[in-house]
Amino acid sequence: MLSPTGNTGDAIFRALMFLVGLFVVSVVIAMLIALASDSMLSIREFGFHFLISRQWNPIKGEFGALPFIYGTIVSSLIALLISVPLSLGIAVFLVEQAPHYIARPVGFLVELLAAIPSVVYGLWGIFVLAPFLRSYLEPPLAKAFGRLPLFQGPITGIGLLTGGIILAIMITPIISAVVRDVLAAVPGSQREAALALGATKWEMIRVVLVNGAPGIAGAVILGLGRALGETMAVTMVIGNRPEISASLFEPSYTIASAIANEFTEATQDLYLSALVELGLILFLVTFIVNAIARLLVWNVTRKTGGVGRAA
Amino acid sequence: MAVTRPVDRMRRVTSAIMTTLTGLCTLVAIGILLIILSYIAYRGIGSLSFRFLVDSPRPVGEGGGIGNAILGSVVLLTLSSAFGLPLGIAVGIYLSEIGKGRFADAIRFLVDTLTGIPSIVTGVFVYAILVLPMRHFSAFAGGVSLALIMIPIVARTTEEMLKLVPHSLREGALALGAPQWRVILGVVLPAAASGIATGAMLAIARVSGETAPLLFTAFGSRFFSYYLDRPISSLTVQIYNYAISPYDEWHAQAWAATLVLMTLILGINIMVRFLTRKRF
Repeated sequence: MLSPTGNTGDAIFRALMFLVGLFVVSVVIAMLIALASDSMLSIREFGFHFLISRQWNPIKGEFGALPFIYGTIVSSLIALLISVPLSLGIAVFLVEQAPHYIARPVGFLVELLAAIPSVVYGLWGIFVLAPFLRSYLEPPLAKAFGRLPLFQGPITGIGLLTGGIILAIMITPIISAVVRDVLAAVPGSQREAALALGATKWEMIRVVLVNGAPGIAGAVILGLGRALGETMAVTMVIGNRPEISASLFEPSYTIASAIANEFTEATQDLYLSALVELGLILFLVTFIVNAIARLLVWNVTRKTGGVGRAA
Repeated sequence: MAVTRPVDRMRRVTSAIMTTLTGLCTLVAIGILLIILSYIAYRGIGSLSFRFLVDSPRPVGEGGGIGNAILGSVVLLTLSSAFGLPLGIAVGIYLSEIGKGRFADAIRFLVDTLTGIPSIVTGVFVYAILVLPMRHFSAFAGGVSLALIMIPIVARTTEEMLKLVPHSLREGALALGAPQWRVILGVVLPAAASGIATGAMLAIARVSGETAPLLFTAFGSRFFSYYLDRPISSLTVQIYNYAISPYDEWHAQAWAATLVLMTLILGINIMVRFLTRKRF
């Protein structure tokens, strides 16, 4: 940008700012080292077996992460299944259909969903969503698809399905905001070309969606990253039982909720170390997922003139 | 009238259905927002009173309030702002004004990726580096973990705000003989000040709702405290503890505390919206 000036004040200032930049790098490295060193005890004890063992029994000193990994993945998948079509619909409506004076306030309202804290979603989940699902959604599901193991078992309103639904609500504003930016970055000439060839409005939208596909993929992965690490709301509605069962109605447990729930109870070193190792796994997975998502979104929004990156 | 082929009619019907569906998706999202907010207002308003806002928690059946939690949240937010805002703004200055090339790109990438690291992981990290060596939970550790969440958010908004400042302003100041550091601190930064301030407010709103990173750093407390080396209460942890308790009275208090928290968060968000007509 502007060349260095050979001024002493400048040299000091630039050095200070460079240190600040280094600080960011060192935080990431320190996180990795601190989490890895504090989980050494557990890594030495269980090794790779930690990832595939289903036994989580603090009293016997047995720690296996598989139930948490399963709960995390399944609840996040449920969330994506609901949230992706919803978010795409919202983004298409705001970018392609709504006039400006509607798109702005409505877009703001959707973004407000992201401003609600996780613990508030959890509170609402316990006292509103869970009873609602128990009475109105889960019985019909059990009736219609009860032959599938997915929808068998006791109907309590607390479990994987509720966790997934609350996650879906929480990641919808994030995915839709990024998809909005991606769609807005698709050049207008693409739309004009489609319409000029006689495409209907929906056919034109499909052209736009295909054009933005890599960015949309990035947005979805970004949402996945958020869902994997979301803690409080899930902890409050998923039931917190470290077991793997096929039914979506059964209580489950995620990596993040296990840490939140058991960390202050962990009195033995090995127990604490196993929980830190869960944190290490979560850190590595979300880091990689976010890195992939950022690269995908950056590529799209940069190539076409750079719209501000949301979320 | 031109004759319409059946296949064209199908295309038009499909188009009409799909475009209506996108509107419905938007309605669903806004509907959920309104249901949540109105339910918080409905459940929260009943238990809200002046006494509730200033009293400390009491055993079940004796009332009590969230005065200590409000004080705790204020202490934690002040502490995290004191660390997080200057550092975040400095990172933003580095990214916009100083850093060039691959190293700056790498830092921008790390900052973006850090915003996606779950806050519970930040909590575990701060537990490992502060709580374990100090051997007890503390407000200080809670403030640090909130600051770590704040820094990447503030850094990116600061960077974007600084990039909006016209180049002619920098060139003019440099042409008058000012060194670069004075140009940045005395001309560019003030020009972007309002944007940076609103970004900072949004970051404060965001961390004021954080619970997970406080659970095993600030921990929580049932007493008034402003000591940085002791556990401290916060609105969010209080809401969590009351929500998972078995008592109806505490549930009611959780809703009232949520109403207070949401008033703060929505207040900041709406104020920022009115102050800036630009979208972040």
